[in-house]
Amino acid sequence: MTVLTPTRLDDALRALAEDPSTTILAGGTDLMVGVNAGARRPERVLSLRRVEELRSWRRDGDDLVIGAGTTYATLLHSELRELAPGLAQAARTVGSPQIRNTGTVGGNIGTASPAGDTLPVLAALDARVELVSASGRRTIALDHFLVGPKMTSLSPGELVAAVRIPVASGPQEYLKIGVRNAMVIAVASCALVVDPTRQRVTCALGSVGPVPIRDRRTEAWLSSQVDWRVGRVRSASVAERFGMHMASAARAIDDHRAPAGYRRHAVAVLARRAVERALT
Amino acid sequence: MSGFQLTVNGVVRRVDDALAGESLLYVLRERLGLPGAKNACEQGECGSCSVLLDGELVCACLELGAAAADCEVVTVEGLAPAASEPADGLLTDVQRAMVEAGGVQCGFCTPGFVVAIHQLLAREADPAPLQVREALAGNLCRCTGYGRIVDAIERVVVDRRVPLPANGRSEDSLS
Repeated sequence: MTVLTPTRLDDALRALAEDPSTTILAGGTDLMVGVNAGARRPERVLSLRRVEELRSWRRDGDDLVIGAGTTYATLLHSELRELAPGLAQAARTVGSPQIRNTGTVGGNIGTASPAGDTLPVLAALDARVELVSASGRRTIALDHFLVGPKMTSLSPGELVAAVRIPVASGPQEYLKIGVRNAMVIAVASCALVVDPTRQRVTCALGSVGPVPIRDRRTEAWLSSQVDWRVGRVRSASVAERFGMHMASAARAIDDHRAPAGYRRHAVAVLARRAVERALT
Repeated sequence: MSGFQLTVNGVVRRVDDALAGESLLYVLRERLGLPGAKNACEQGECGSCSVLLDGELVCACLELGAAAADCEVVTVEGLAPAASEPADGLLTDVQRAMVEAGGVQCGFCTPGFVVAIHQLLAREADPAPLQVREALAGNLCRCTGYGRIVDAIERVVVDRRVPLPANGRSEDSLS
């Protein structure tokens, strides 16, 4: 095994172009589990730990451009906590402090697990993923980047460079349920983003489909039920009805963690709570 | 592959004999003679391998050793007062409190907890109960039920608030 530790992005991209089968190492919280178990034996590893350009974030007008190497701890403890509160809440649910200090949002996107905690938030924000290779840059909607469970449309030689989302203009919620309070994969999750400037609420579900799930008809219905002068839903039953609509949108499966029926029930509860927290 | 170096407990250490796939945990234990960090789950779930890497609490088992080149690592062995060897029996206040409060049974989780607790209290001198639990969410103990570990932390928080003079008596107790 060869381990490369470049400090500059162009060096990293050149190394990747030389051999596109190179294994990318960001935080390592997924890859190293497999390496330790002997399940993964990469020949060539490109560590991005020292590429500062990937670990920073910046504000670009009304957008945030968050470098792929940004850790969950940074999402949770830096000014991003106020600028992207949904991501901060999602980051708080990931693993443990140890995992949060190492794992990255770019890794969450690149791994594309159906249960990835930042993914429903990013989906509800209509996030755009910036990809980079030795031959250039491109930007793609997250919806088009995540194509299936642990499947992305990343091309050989490409890295996830950053993710672009709007700065929060209203409340954002991320709720997750699992078998414990920490160090646990989501059995079901729900992200809700309220955008008062566009008078629009968006919602994405995690762990109940191959990729995050949105239901634009239900979103439009909920948006119409909000009194935007005060940012609250017009009646007490809206939250519960929203929960039920989102539960029908879920494409949950039975697996060793939970049966589909439980996941649908959990979605109904999480979506209802999200509305209660953000819009009542 | 060629070797690498990293700073461990303030000392630059050269690693020439590591295989490239070795984790930082393996390098610390097997190559650098620092067995304080423990290998229990090797999945980043139990925290018994907790160390500080460039000042942040991480699981050494999830760090590729070679990718930690040129980084600064602090292990449990590096927390004791300077100029002491572990064999001297000098303990940090956290270690002493863990022992006295009954927070150590089999001891396997203890080094990881000690590192995590030091980091918690370095960031927050008087953490609320929920803060303590969240800060230690990555450290599992199968023996103690955590109650005495939390007691140990409370002792340290109180003791650090009122530093005792050399004669061991607080100023309030002058008689």
